[in-house]
Amino acid sequence: MNEFAPSGPLLTMTGMTKQYPNCLANDLVSLTVERNQIHALVGENGAGKSTLVKMIYGVVRPDAGEIVWQGRNVTIPNPGAAQRLGIGMVFQHFSLFEALTVTENIALGLATAKERVGLRDRILRISTEYGLPLDPDRIVHDLSVGERQRIEIVRCLLQNPKLLIMDEPTSVLTPNEVRKLFVTLRRLASEGCSILYISHKLEEVRALCSVATIMRHGRNVARCAPAEKTVKELAEIMIGMDLPTPPPRPPVSATAPPRLVLDRLSIRSPGCDLKDVSLSIAGGEILAIAGIAGNGQTELMDALSGETPAARPESVQIDGVAAGQMGPAERRRIGGGFVPEERNGHGAVAAMSLAANAFLSGYLRRALVRFGMIDKKRTFAFAEEIIRRFDVRTTGPRAEARSLSGGNLQKFLVGREILQDPGVLAINQPTWGVDAGAALAIHDAIMALAQRGAAVLIISQDLDEIFLLADRIAVIAGGRLSEPVATRSATVESIGRLMGGATADALGEVVHA
Amino acid sequence: MSPVLKIESRGHESKFWRYASPILALLLTAATSGLIFAAMGRPPGLTVYTLLVTPLLQQDGFQGLAVKAAPLIMMGVGLSLAYRANVWNIGADGQFTLGAICGGGIALAFPDAPSFALFPAIVAGGVVGGMLSGGLVAWLRIRFNANEILTSLMFAYITQYLLVFLVTGPWRDPEGFGFPQTALFTENALAPRLIEDTNVHIGVLLAPLIAVALWVTMEKSLLGFEFRVLGEAPRAARFAGFSENRLVRVAMLVSGGLAGLAGVLEATGTLGQLTTTLSPGYGFTAIIVAFLARLNPLGVIPAGLLLALTDLGGDAAQINLGLPNAVTGIFQGILLFYLLGCDILLLNRIRRVPHTSGAA
Repeated sequence: MNEFAPSGPLLTMTGMTKQYPNCLANDLVSLTVERNQIHALVGENGAGKSTLVKMIYGVVRPDAGEIVWQGRNVTIPNPGAAQRLGIGMVFQHFSLFEALTVTENIALGLATAKERVGLRDRILRISTEYGLPLDPDRIVHDLSVGERQRIEIVRCLLQNPKLLIMDEPTSVLTPNEVRKLFVTLRRLASEGCSILYISHKLEEVRALCSVATIMRHGRNVARCAPAEKTVKELAEIMIGMDLPTPPPRPPVSATAPPRLVLDRLSIRSPGCDLKDVSLSIAGGEILAIAGIAGNGQTELMDALSGETPAARPESVQIDGVAAGQMGPAERRRIGGGFVPEERNGHGAVAAMSLAANAFLSGYLRRALVRFGMIDKKRTFAFAEEIIRRFDVRTTGPRAEARSLSGGNLQKFLVGREILQDPGVLAINQPTWGVDAGAALAIHDAIMALAQRGAAVLIISQDLDEIFLLADRIAVIAGGRLSEPVATRSATVESIGRLMGGATADALGEVVHA
Repeated sequence: MSPVLKIESRGHESKFWRYASPILALLLTAATSGLIFAAMGRPPGLTVYTLLVTPLLQQDGFQGLAVKAAPLIMMGVGLSLAYRANVWNIGADGQFTLGAICGGGIALAFPDAPSFALFPAIVAGGVVGGMLSGGLVAWLRIRFNANEILTSLMFAYITQYLLVFLVTGPWRDPEGFGFPQTALFTENALAPRLIEDTNVHIGVLLAPLIAVALWVTMEKSLLGFEFRVLGEAPRAARFAGFSENRLVRVAMLVSGGLAGLAGVLEATGTLGQLTTTLSPGYGFTAIIVAFLARLNPLGVIPAGLLLALTDLGGDAAQINLGLPNAVTGIFQGILLFYLLGCDILLLNRIRRVPHTSGAA
């Protein structure tokens, strides 16, 4: 191999174009990553970020465009070729075998037996060197999401990459883990491994990255130093319009009666048991529940919606009615509205039209059934109203739910519940995997609903969102809910400690059980 | 380098292939079974012709077809409703038989009752018998989480042996020279005819009416919507508050009841008595009918006619060409195989891509 002088950009891509059957995913996109640089690739969902990095990593073939790697023109036909060039990638969804150890998982990714010699020691060395604590002999099943991510990073670092691509790496981490990851990434960059950091969390991009390439609708729209811009400015470039600043909400009156009460709610579940969860939300109030995934959020949501009935009727009270043993339909009848985390397959039926999905949860409160038959006119009118009021980008009520992007479908599902005018609204992960524009619209709608006097419960892993919306914050860990604190008196650190600390306790319980 | 075929997702369901895929399956079935016939030393063209065309050329061919298709359509409609809700009732044959037993029992018990009371009672008995058999399967699934595929199939065998026991034992015709059959039903117990002196009975009229009624239920009513959601996304059905247990119960009662109705009409409309060979596997053929119709009750009508045609064609092939009876089963089996196989074209397309060294 030729030796190249370490000058000039590490990677230059120009005119990258990729046409998919229904959309032009990349339209003459260019990207330049310098050596020792942490470079952000920013854009909404569907802006073309994934397509671009998949072309770098050899997963997707470009229709046109030129890739120059260390001053040399290259084609990258497959991930193996990318790795040989010195490009590593950590995907958002890990590919690990749960039943195998850390070492075994990494060994499986290696091409030859020779590479496996002394693997365990090399894993230990890299993990200590870069602050990625990892026990090579642990079974993956027992590891937290953060630890699993470290396996993927170590796996890449074993190849001595010149460029490490990270796709939305912090969406699964606690604030503390995020801080540690950033230390590692800065260290890597200083030692000659550039990072291409894909994210839509603009605060993180500002803190970590020296340059950002911003994409919109498959094109470059800007290249800037993110630290010199505010989050709002970055978001405006990203979505291509001005963002209004939300007006401050008036404080909740102290005497407002509670609309949603959970009273020592306990649910046994194959996933995570709920243990004595109690809370009370007044009309006009937004209470947010923070926590790391898998600590009882899904179980709590199912218990709220009525998909899992409680043992005691009084353990769930909606507007004073003991609803613990009611099913979802009865709970809606007395004013409940629910948005589960999973969109396709839970909140919506992927293969059905938007009209049918509007009907799915709205048929009772919007009176869409007449003599046992579906009132098609009213159903379509309801779906059209949701589409119009919540700016859902789609071809109309006949479009199948699965044809919508995540953000648009989420707007539709949130809109479907809000337009039923619920007295109590529970939302699990309101903006999970949703682009910034849609997230903003959803946040506005939630605040407006609370303003009109509804009690809103938000379950989220996104602390920025929680601090933006909530009046009070509680933390769920190991199926137990902490005492809610007023958002004014909480900090990201104090909430983060509860999230992480309580998890450690829960793990301890498992070990000692 | 040679081009390779690649299957890739369409991302949506193809409207064209939704209707073209059953036709493609039918063509592939004709071609494959032709090859099998050729391997058996028969002229493939003539054999397929005998299977699919000859029955219609005979005198009363269309009447025979309609009578044969009626029970298949009734059962196919009920099954398509159950299958849409992911309730896998495989035992329609047993529900058919129990319906015939219950209705036939009434016919034998009250031979002299007036027709206006007797026949409705027989039909009601048949429907209740089918619902009983289906309801039992639903109860086992709800109460004990017992897989309905297994239980409904087992009930089909149990019911068949119950029939054999009855017609060779307590219900055997004392004047029947020891044949395993009951006495002939009296005239007032027989299903009304649509055409004099033929066996075109009232079921031929009822079957398409039922198909239309269930289509309306499926597509336009809340109940049908609940079925479709349960089949497409069980969690979404729970989220909407649709009770899975209730829907399983309704699906088994409806598909069982319709099979029972088909059974009692077969007994009182075509046979006029109960015999051990009451059902030549109608309940199993109806499964193919339901899938051929894409689980659409309206599609069940042509699908039922086609499968009835192959049944008649099998008889013709036996008589004219000396082929074994299994020919019908082979043909229907190949058809089901291709039907399920061609469904891949609904959500996927097959593309020729040039083979390159890099792509694996």
